[in-house]
Amino acid sequence: MELLLEGLKKAIEMILSGNREIIEITLLTLRVSITAVLISTLIGIPAGMFLGLARFPGRKFIHAVVNIGMGLPPVVAGLWITLFLWRSGPLGDLAWLYTPTAIIMAQILVSLPIVTALTSTAFQQINPKLILQVKALGATKLQLYWILMKEVKLAILAAIIAGFGRVIAEVGAAMMVGGNISGETRILTTSIVMEVSKGNFDVALALSFILMTLAFIITFTLTYLQQRKRSQ
Amino acid sequence: MKLKKLLSILLVFLLALVTGCSDSSSDSTVKEPEKASKEKPTDLILATTTSTQDSGLLDVLIPEFEKNNNYNVKTIAVGTGQALEMGTRGEADVLLVHAPAAEEELVKSGDAINRQKVMYNDFIVVGPAEDPAEIKGLSVPEALAKITESKASFVSRGDDSGTHKKELELWKKSSLDPKSLGDAYIESGQGMGATLKIASEKKGYTLTDRATYLAQKKNMPDTEILVEGDESLLNIYHVMQVNDGKHEKVNADGAKAFVEFMIAGETKNIIKEFGMDEYGEALFFLFE
Repeated sequence: MELLLEGLKKAIEMILSGNREIIEITLLTLRVSITAVLISTLIGIPAGMFLGLARFPGRKFIHAVVNIGMGLPPVVAGLWITLFLWRSGPLGDLAWLYTPTAIIMAQILVSLPIVTALTSTAFQQINPKLILQVKALGATKLQLYWILMKEVKLAILAAIIAGFGRVIAEVGAAMMVGGNISGETRILTTSIVMEVSKGNFDVALALSFILMTLAFIITFTLTYLQQRKRSQ
Repeated sequence: MKLKKLLSILLVFLLALVTGCSDSSSDSTVKEPEKASKEKPTDLILATTTSTQDSGLLDVLIPEFEKNNNYNVKTIAVGTGQALEMGTRGEADVLLVHAPAAEEELVKSGDAINRQKVMYNDFIVVGPAEDPAEIKGLSVPEALAKITESKASFVSRGDDSGTHKKELELWKKSSLDPKSLGDAYIESGQGMGATLKIASEKKGYTLTDRATYLAQKKNMPDTEILVEGDESLLNIYHVMQVNDGKHEKVNADGAKAFVEFMIAGETKNIIKEFGMDEYGEALFFLFE
């Protein structure tokens, strides 16, 4: 209990004193997570829309694959990306291993299936009669997609929230592909692991409070937006 | 109207975030040409053991190295087993590890060159203060025999690290089989810090390097040093270059500079003094 309070005190202290390292780590965490979620959203929503609306052979199979992807253990994602980015691997010449880019790649790999699958489920639940009706009213394809998208916006936001939750909590893959390098790839989750192994539980706790605050603020903003739209 | 307001706020928020992101990336692109004029530092991947990072030694040494050499050191702190594996695959440029027998194999296979002795500290056997197996002050073989007899818990790293390799070597030298402990032999599969914590929670014995133990001591008031000072407990660190003749992508110049830095006189002074302020004793010693 004492340790908890101490950690909270330390967190406030670290933020107020403008500890440069902490600010850097926090900003990098935000940059990496938000970039990963943005890319996952930009790819995942159109992909989910297509998967939810289109009818083509092998669709069920792709659905199953995406659903499995939702449960992809981050460590597995990390391992695969490591193998690809190794100097001896197929993408070795890019020298991306142990850079923030590698962490972003791993986080996209774990969040993209979540955004895609949840979006696709939302589109599948649209009443087919609605599609017929909109078409009958003479909407172009683009107009149709836009209307349908508005129809499922709540679910899409939920998909983004879920994807973000996965990404900001991610530690195993970030450790493996990022290497937890001070000033370069050290993010909040990996520094918590490191501080614990150093025996600095108070610092680890302080970082955990910062991480939770970040996650809370962003999730709250997204949820607020989602629920406000609903009450309108 | 409220919705519009909220949306615009959100839009601003998002834009700020996105520009914030691109800012930081454009920052680096702005900085890079600047650095390029002063020769952009090249990346140097150092694969090392967790003990050098967790003790804080590298936090002191790396900035010192980067100050005088135009390299950007990427420290990957993993177990010695993984660090050596990174060496054999050419995924690292320079290694700082502590498993002499395994290191020699790397030199023999031609994966590592220019292997230099850097420093040493010692392994110790720690355990609960009440010492159920009564091993305090014994020699290593006697202590391990007592632990096996009394079926006391022993926590092993079990992760192919330098410490784990040392532990297995000690069992073997004492002609004992740790598996005979059955469930009392716990393989944590984790770093030294976590393993010490498990040993302290389970009131078990464990082999650890002194540096990590001293760093963790504040979290484990009931754990004490029980066996120390035995010659077989020496923990020797070597630095070595990954052979660029065998692995073409290795940063050979940087690796060479790092090896030279590690055995330079000024560095030795830093290592010798390290830990005095915080623990009142040195954590690493030099060969003199």
